[in-house]
Amino acid sequence: MPEIEQERYELFEAPLHHFDPAGFDKALFDKEGFYFERRDFFKFLGGGLVLLLALDGNAGAQEGARQESGRNPAFRGDARPPELTAWLRIGEDGAITVYTGKVEVGQNIRTSLAQAVAEELHAPLNSLQFVLADTDLTPYDMGTFGSRTTPLMAPQMKKVGAAAREALIDLAVDKWKVDRTAVTVAAGRVKNNSSGESVGFGELTRGQKLVKTVDGATVTPPAAWTLEGTSAPKVNAREMVTGAHRYTSDLVRPGMLYGRVLRPAAFKAKLTSFDAKEAGQQHDAVIVRDGDFVGAVAPDEATLSKAISAMKAEWSAEPQPSNAELFAYLKAHPAAQRAGGDGPAGAAPAHGDIEQGLQAADHKLDATYTVQYIAHIPLEPRAAVAEWNGDKLTVWTGTQRPWGVKSDLAEAFKIPEDRVRVIVPDTGSAYGGKHTGEAAVEAARLARAVGKPVKLIWSREEEFTWAYFRPAGVIDIRSGVTKDGLITAWEFHNYNSGPSAIDTPYDVANRASQFHPTDTPLRQGSYRGLAATANHFARESHMDDLAHAAGFDPLEFRLKNLKNPRLRAVLQAAAEKFGWGKAKGEPKRGVGLACGVEKGGYVAMCAEISIVPSEFLGAEVAPAAPKVRIDRVVTAFECGAVVNPEHLKNQIEGSVVMAIGGALFEAVEFANGRILNPHLAKYRVPRFSDVPAMETVLVDRKDLPSAGAGETPIVGLAPAVGNAIFQATGTRVRSLPMVPKGLETPLVSTARA
Amino acid sequence: MELVVNQKRYRLLVDPGRMLLWVLRDELEFTGAKYGCGEGQCGACTVLIDGAPVRSCLTHVSAAAGKEITTIEGLAENGKLHPVQEAFIQTDAMQCGYCTPGMILSSVALLKKTPHPGEPEIRRALQGNICRCGTYPRIIAAVQMAAGVQHA
Repeated sequence: MPEIEQERYELFEAPLHHFDPAGFDKALFDKEGFYFERRDFFKFLGGGLVLLLALDGNAGAQEGARQESGRNPAFRGDARPPELTAWLRIGEDGAITVYTGKVEVGQNIRTSLAQAVAEELHAPLNSLQFVLADTDLTPYDMGTFGSRTTPLMAPQMKKVGAAAREALIDLAVDKWKVDRTAVTVAAGRVKNNSSGESVGFGELTRGQKLVKTVDGATVTPPAAWTLEGTSAPKVNAREMVTGAHRYTSDLVRPGMLYGRVLRPAAFKAKLTSFDAKEAGQQHDAVIVRDGDFVGAVAPDEATLSKAISAMKAEWSAEPQPSNAELFAYLKAHPAAQRAGGDGPAGAAPAHGDIEQGLQAADHKLDATYTVQYIAHIPLEPRAAVAEWNGDKLTVWTGTQRPWGVKSDLAEAFKIPEDRVRVIVPDTGSAYGGKHTGEAAVEAARLARAVGKPVKLIWSREEEFTWAYFRPAGVIDIRSGVTKDGLITAWEFHNYNSGPSAIDTPYDVANRASQFHPTDTPLRQGSYRGLAATANHFARESHMDDLAHAAGFDPLEFRLKNLKNPRLRAVLQAAAEKFGWGKAKGEPKRGVGLACGVEKGGYVAMCAEISIVPSEFLGAEVAPAAPKVRIDRVVTAFECGAVVNPEHLKNQIEGSVVMAIGGALFEAVEFANGRILNPHLAKYRVPRFSDVPAMETVLVDRKDLPSAGAGETPIVGLAPAVGNAIFQATGTRVRSLPMVPKGLETPLVSTARA
Repeated sequence: MELVVNQKRYRLLVDPGRMLLWVLRDELEFTGAKYGCGEGQCGACTVLIDGAPVRSCLTHVSAAAGKEITTIEGLAENGKLHPVQEAFIQTDAMQCGYCTPGMILSSVALLKKTPHPGEPEIRRALQGNICRCGTYPRIIAAVQMAAGVQHA
């Protein structure tokens, strides 16, 4: 069983909005309900063969409940509802429908889970229809995060597929009165090997009303895979390239209006005066106020904009920290005991004695590393369509936690959870940034006020300001190394950034790693790879400094201190592909490497960089300082048995590209409760010009279970590039981003001898 | 006002100052054009006007009146995908797919002007389109495939 994601930053704070139930409009329109009564579920499913997962399938949910326990104590979605729900149905027409609560945000699980089921069911991939993340139709799921779909959901799906296949064989045995051994299933047909006769699934399920539970089905091991392990194309790629796919922001409901919320002037600001006279004069715009919540509803986007800008609101705000004092603030404000939860896990087990280790060292190092807040910037901002029918609420929204959002909605409107349905269409990305349901609650509040369905799409500025960020942090490392290149001491403290991958994978007799939660000036939460990026940046940068101090090649130094065979394998694979050690020394060029392990995935990266004049990159505002251009990145990655090589490469390449932003230039700038760069013109993200030549080596381990892979490849890039900068210039940059304003002027200088 | 979208004429009573993106999406249901930033920085809203790529989030609907507007929905002909659409599928040049319509339309416009672009030309032409999932190398490969250019 893979390790549980170590940390959950789920927002230890009250929801954004508190509504007054007395203010809800009781006279809501009544029309034909879209809402789905739970007890209708099996009626809806109809005849045929229905597969339920027996209780042993709850292992994942229990693990998840533990993971969720650190969240807001008001969160009620942490227990799996007791009712059984269907996982797979083969209709009387042979149509195969699979149900799972996971969401698709671009990680391609719609394809990989289809591969898992089809592999076991012996059916063609395109014969499966998947229903994802609909709280009325799919089994409970705690959320799509932590790279858990592949290690936890895929095995469940495989059991379900295998059980369905066996149930079909049972039906065939009854039909043909033959021995089980005479029946085989292949390519979506069931064959009687005695007579040569074969039938489609529908011919066996017709007239049946079978409900089976799944228990202990055996599944195909990776070595025997025929469909898994191949590069099946994205199952709904055609919908994506034709514009046919409807994201939440594209949905239309009958009579639907458009909504938006008036945002406070700063974080934590209180509304002191409000005048909507002028705004209310806008044709067809309805102004909604509920305490500090103010919004508008209009028949089109332009009217909505006018109404919001015509509102006259004054806010009282309090002084708040800015970037300039961020790192001092974090170290000076340890978090108070967080109520109702254990919070992120604190430390890796300590070994030996740090002081003794330092005494045994020939070289002692002491360094501080920092990371700024960065933004997820999913290209589809938060969006929701909300529709009330009486006291029943249906919300379509892009979220990674549909059941969590369902709970949030029930809580916000003081209605039972079974009156709320949340549906998540395949979403325009998330990267850990869509664990929450703000847009859903806002759309539902406005829809409640006007008695019509309301669509609400956050603007880019709202997404930049009112979502949440990857945590900023400070990391202190003390270490010692002998002249023979053996690390004797390793002490690692992370303030606020998080404990993911906090322990060193190197073999150090005297070591201790500790996470220190702190108060945070900005709202922070999950992000692809969580703190593993920051912890790898600090550790792998520091490893290079140790190698340098002891006079060793960085690769040789790592291998000398590393026993873990899986990590050694990727390190050697990346170095070989890259041609490590063969690069000729050239002025203004450098190479660097880094490696690490997280969430069951092992990654090593080698990077080659150039120091170039700023004009070369054609930046909008050309700084005087030279810039860093990443020319080439080689990644070796191992995550057990590879499910879909091409999609895995796609995730690795995407991780490298996304990592470039946080490594070189992305940083949220803020002061006094305001975000200063909440626009893509001011917050630079990686573009075509930033993309290096990329080569990927997949280390496929058919003998090991598959781990998720959407996150871990992101951790290697920043330290590999930082080490290359050091090699090229002799300057060690210890802050992320490393060169936001060019090489010589980091946003906040933290370099220290 | 008359709009010609994907070779079909639409008569609309709309404020000429409204942005083309929202008229296409909310009045005509061409939702393939996406909102990504509202300031012409991300390219998700790209449509073609008389064959040239335009940021529909910053284009007044009046400026598009009477001209040939092409959205992603109008690219395939009789169910047959445009070679660029086909190449995006073949190269897996997408993850979440939200930037895909804008990427494809920008690529179509590039290939019309420059049938055999080199990699630097492709990068320059698409520099204004953001793929936050980071599928840029695959998009370059898709454009090269559609152009019939051998991989570099």
